[in-house]
Parts: sequence; structure tokens; C-alpha cells
Amino acid sequence: MALLARDPRRQPETEARIAALDLPRGGFTRAARAEALARLRGFGLPSRRDEYWRFTDPADLAAPAPAAGAPFDPREAHVFAGTDRLEIVFVDGVFDPARSGPLDLAGVEITRLAEADRADIHWAQGIYGTLEAAGQAAVPRPLAALNTGAATDGILMRVTGRAARPVCLVHERRAAASDAVLHHCIRVEPGAEVTLLETGTAAARLNAVMEVDVAAGGRFHHVRVQGRDHGRRAATHIFARVGAGALFKSFTLAMNGVLTRNEAVIELAGAGAVAHVAGAALGDGATGAFHHDDTVFVTHDAVGCESRQVFKKVLRHGAVGVFQGKILVRPGAQKTDGYQISQALLLDEDSQFLAKPELEIHADDVKCSHGSTTGALDATALFYLRSRGVPRDAAVTLLVLSFLADAIGEIEDEALRQAIVERLEAWLARHRA
Amino acid sequence: MLTIRDLHVKLEDEDKEILKGVDLTVEAGRVHAIMGPNGSGKSTLSHVLAGREGYAVTQGSAELEGADLLAMEPEERAAAGLFLAFQYPVEIPGVGNMTFLRTALNAQRKARGEPEVSAGDFLKLVREKARTLKIDAEMLKRPINVGFSGGEKKRNEILQMAVLEPRMCILDETDSGLDVDAMRLVADGVNALRDAGRGFLVITHYQRLLDHIRPDVVHIMADGRIVRTGGPELALEVERNGYAGILAEVA
Repeated sequence: MALLARDPRRQPETEARIAALDLPRGGFTRAARAEALARLRGFGLPSRRDEYWRFTDPADLAAPAPAAGAPFDPREAHVFAGTDRLEIVFVDGVFDPARSGPLDLAGVEITRLAEADRADIHWAQGIYGTLEAAGQAAVPRPLAALNTGAATDGILMRVTGRAARPVCLVHERRAAASDAVLHHCIRVEPGAEVTLLETGTAAARLNAVMEVDVAAGGRFHHVRVQGRDHGRRAATHIFARVGAGALFKSFTLAMNGVLTRNEAVIELAGAGAVAHVAGAALGDGATGAFHHDDTVFVTHDAVGCESRQVFKKVLRHGAVGVFQGKILVRPGAQKTDGYQISQALLLDEDSQFLAKPELEIHADDVKCSHGSTTGALDATALFYLRSRGVPRDAAVTLLVLSFLADAIGEIEDEALRQAIVERLEAWLARHRA
Repeated sequence: MLTIRDLHVKLEDEDKEILKGVDLTVEAGRVHAIMGPNGSGKSTLSHVLAGREGYAVTQGSAELEGADLLAMEPEERAAAGLFLAFQYPVEIPGVGNMTFLRTALNAQRKARGEPEVSAGDFLKLVREKARTLKIDAEMLKRPINVGFSGGEKKRNEILQMAVLEPRMCILDETDSGLDVDAMRLVADGVNALRDAGRGFLVITHYQRLLDHIRPDVVHIMADGRIVRTGGPELALEVERNGYAGILAEVA
């Protein structure tokens, strides 16, 4: 990959940012960290001038220090509290051993980056920074490079069989101005399967990278709930490589949040690989500024792969939703089945949805479709439900759930799906017109 | 049961009067039919009674057992015992038929101060009603009206009616898009609900539905008014002479 020409205008900012980082020295990650910082210097920090950041201002994500604000107290147990799970707790990005289960689960080896990084040799060496770097090929993602260079902790998880229970990362935020940089590496060995759950805001500002390498026939399920903190500023990246006949599924629920950018960069690398990424985001400008950006880049690089992107946003009172989604079909990736839908339900006329769907196809025997819509609640459907006695608020909730159904449907596990729906219903009940 | 007096209605956004003084009384235990040519205001009447937005009542009243319908929200009208079977039932993906129907039933019961029906009792109730309408259980599991044929949609309307047990049922062109067999199934469903405490208003363009749902009273509506009222024989007259003949007589 050719590094982009260094942008001299950004050099001082980028150097200032790197100088402000408390850089871990790294053991097995040392080389990857140094290369990542070189990438970052090459790219420069993102700015609104970048085409890839046209709809989202990255200033708060790139600034040397995070904006401070009072942490949000959801006053409820987290969404996966009712699920049998191995829980790993981070508070403001710092591992909390007292509240985490022993990192011991049949079918899975888990260590923490902060611990493992002291060693010079580790299985994650072929992953840490590698998938991230590969994901920079088409578009620079400087915040991800920054993460690889500066990550203080995260989990390294190698799945060797069928995980006995889901692994659940709980990301609590307690401090006013915490700045967390977490980096996770996951390797799903051939035929192995795991479900990774994530919940919470993590910090006043979060920069998270997850690299997921799913080997042939492996199955990886990811369900993430990003908390309800109105002050959340987060840049997250998922870099996934999906092998032959393997499955990668990721669903994210985001409620509230002043600035969230979730990127997913997925490479379908082996024949018959399947990747589904989905998201539901709900924002109500009346309770705090809301800007949510889903940016997805799926590359088909093998024969007979299937990808689905399903992103839905429910917006009101000046909330802003962004979707940038691309399907790239490389030469030779015949029999590709690519699908992308991004939709916004605007509950009033003040809100805004900006979408940039893209297809780039270099093979001739492929099926790719994409669609993007922005609309209001269907008045006829609302009347139909009310005419049967369903009160207006409950009818609106049913119609919003109807709108979100395709995205939620991407969660395979019914109990998890139900837990997500309950959170959605509660949010809608709190944010009535 | 249902008393409509001198009802005048126009479109909210336009100065176009659609109903120009409708008077109609439907007694408990009776089936009234409204027939009329396209554009006569039949469907508008049903929409206004059920509380659909987009219309403005400029004059007159509509009461259900003495309660002012026009002052109520659509869901309040439903809880008070009004039911409208839609000409075009709405498809709502992602919301299960059963979830919807149970939400509706319990919301109505709650509004009336009655206890909610348990999941188990509800299931039993719906299965029993569905069986008589030949609606299979698989259909109930699907999202509301999604992938239903025209006949299935209309049967689903009647199933909702059977479960919700309204006191006043309005059927808006329920026969449209139905073949003879489907129409008979729907009509059987309606007939099974006929009883001394329940009123029906059957809106239809054609006489054939009234072969299966025998009305007590037939009204002819034209240009926003009821222009003639008679017994079942009036429907046969429409069948023989068309609306043109009758309207010429009235004029």
C-alpha cells in the first residue's frame, strides 16, 4: 500500500496529538505500533476537508484532549445482565479485575493486551495492526492507526472450539474527561464459534479497534450496545477478515451520543464467506446533540461470498444520521451476493439523514443491490393500528420497531434480540413526541 | 347504537365538501348496508367515523350509544366499541399479527377498566376464532398482512373483529378484490358475529356481498347524501337497474 503524501498542513496537529499520547512501549506489538504511528504521520489526523469525513466533523475525535462532561447514569443494569456470560469490565478504559470473571472459558483463550504485550511472542502478532493496516488500503483511517499505535488495553481472544458462553465486554464510563484507547484482537480458528457482546459508553472519548480474523468455517457473532450517554464521543473500527465458508455477524445499537463514528471494514477472503453488519441508531436532539455515523467498507475478494449491510436510524429534533457504505467487488470475485440498505425514519422535519452508498464492481457475474431511503411514519399504518384500539404512543413504538425489524433481525439469538427490543421500547417510551 | 345527524365533512386541506348532510341510525342487532356509486362518499363516511386524519367535520354529529364519536381519538372509538374493517388492510412488516392483536385487545380492555387477557388465554381465543375463519396458525405468526393474499387480508380483518368483539362494525368495501369463495368465508365470519347487541354498517359497491350478508336496511348514497332507504329489495333494484336508474328517479 502506498502511503498517501504527507499533508504538511496537518503535521503540527498530528505531532501534537502523538506527543500527548502516553505511548506503551509494547512487546510483541512494538513493531506494529511503530508502523501504525508512521501510517498516522503519513495520513495526518482526519479533518472535515477529507471526503471521507464530509458529513462528520472529526475535530473532537482528533483533538489532543477529550471534551469533558458529566458521565451519564443509566440507572439500570446493562442490557446483557440477564445473559449467561463471561464478563470482562473496563472502567474508563481500565480493566477492573474485581468485577471481571476469571479469563477462563472452555473453547476460548483470553488474555488482555496490557498483560500479553510484555511478551515478545504471541499468537496475536499476526493480527495486531495487520488487519488494520490492510483496511487502510482504499481509504485512510488515521484514527485506527492512532489506536494501533497507542492502545493501552483490550482483549486478545483465540477461539478454538465452540465457546461455552458469550464473552461480554462491559465498558463503563465514570470520569468526566476519560480518554480510552482499546484494541481487541480475535482469532476464530477453523470451525470454532463465539459470541462477543459489548455494552456501555467506555469513556468520555473512546477510540476502539477490533481486529477479527475468522478462519475457514468459523463463526463470529458480535452484538454491541453503545450505552445511552449523551456525551459519548466515539470512533470505533472493526476490521474483519472472513475465511472460506466462515460467518461474521455484527450488530450495533446506539442510543444518544453527541458524536459516534462506527466503521466496519470487512474483507471476504475465502470462497463462500458470509458477512452481515447491521446497526440501529436512535437520536433525539431534544435531550442532547446527536450525530451518528456508520461507515462500512466491504470487499469481496473471493468467489461466492455474501455480504449484507442493514443500517437504520430513528431521528428527531435535529438529530443527524450519516451512512457511508461501500461494496467493492474485486476481479475474480464471481457469484458475489452483495446487499446494502440504509434507511432513516425522521420523526419530525428537523432531523437530517446523509447517505452515500457506493458500489464498485470488477467482476461480471455478481448480484449487488443497494438502497437508501428517508421517510416519515406511515400515517395510514398509524391509523390502522389506532383504529384497533392501540394508543398512539404504543402504535408509534410498533411502527418504529417495524422500521428497525430488518436490522434487529440480524441478531441470530432470540433472547439477545428480545433484550435489545426491550431497550428500544424503553428509549421510545422516554422520547415520546 | 350508531346515530349520525346532518353530518357535513370536507377535506382538511381543500375546500371540497364530501359529505353534505348524512343522517343515519343503525340499531343494535341490525345490519344496514350503504350502497352507492364511486365517489359518493361511502368510504369517507367510514373513515370519518373511525377517526382518520385529513377530514374536517363542519356540521352535524355522530354518536355511538350516546357518546360523541367525533370528540374521540381513533383508539378511544375502538375502545368504545367501534370497528372498521379496512378496504385496504395495511401491511406492517416486523410486527407479528399476534403481538398486534394482543396489544390491541389489552389496550381496549385497559381503556374500559377490564383486566388484561393472559398470553395463554389469548392464544386459545385466537386459535378458536381463526379455525372458524379457516385461517391457519402459520399465517398468524407472520407480520401483519405481509405476504397475505387479498382474501387472507380480509379474513384477517374479520378475525380481528371476532377477537375484539366490537358493538358496532363498519365494513368498508370488504368484498373488493375477493373471489366468490373468499367472499363466502368472510360473510360467514360476519354472520357468525351477528347478534342482538351488535350493529353492522356494510359499505359496498355491488349487491353480491349482500347475498351473503343479508341486510335489514339498505341505503343508497350519492353525492354525499343518503338519497334512498329501503329493505333488501333495494339492493336488488340496484343490481337490475344500476345506480343511474335509481338516481334518475330521486332527481
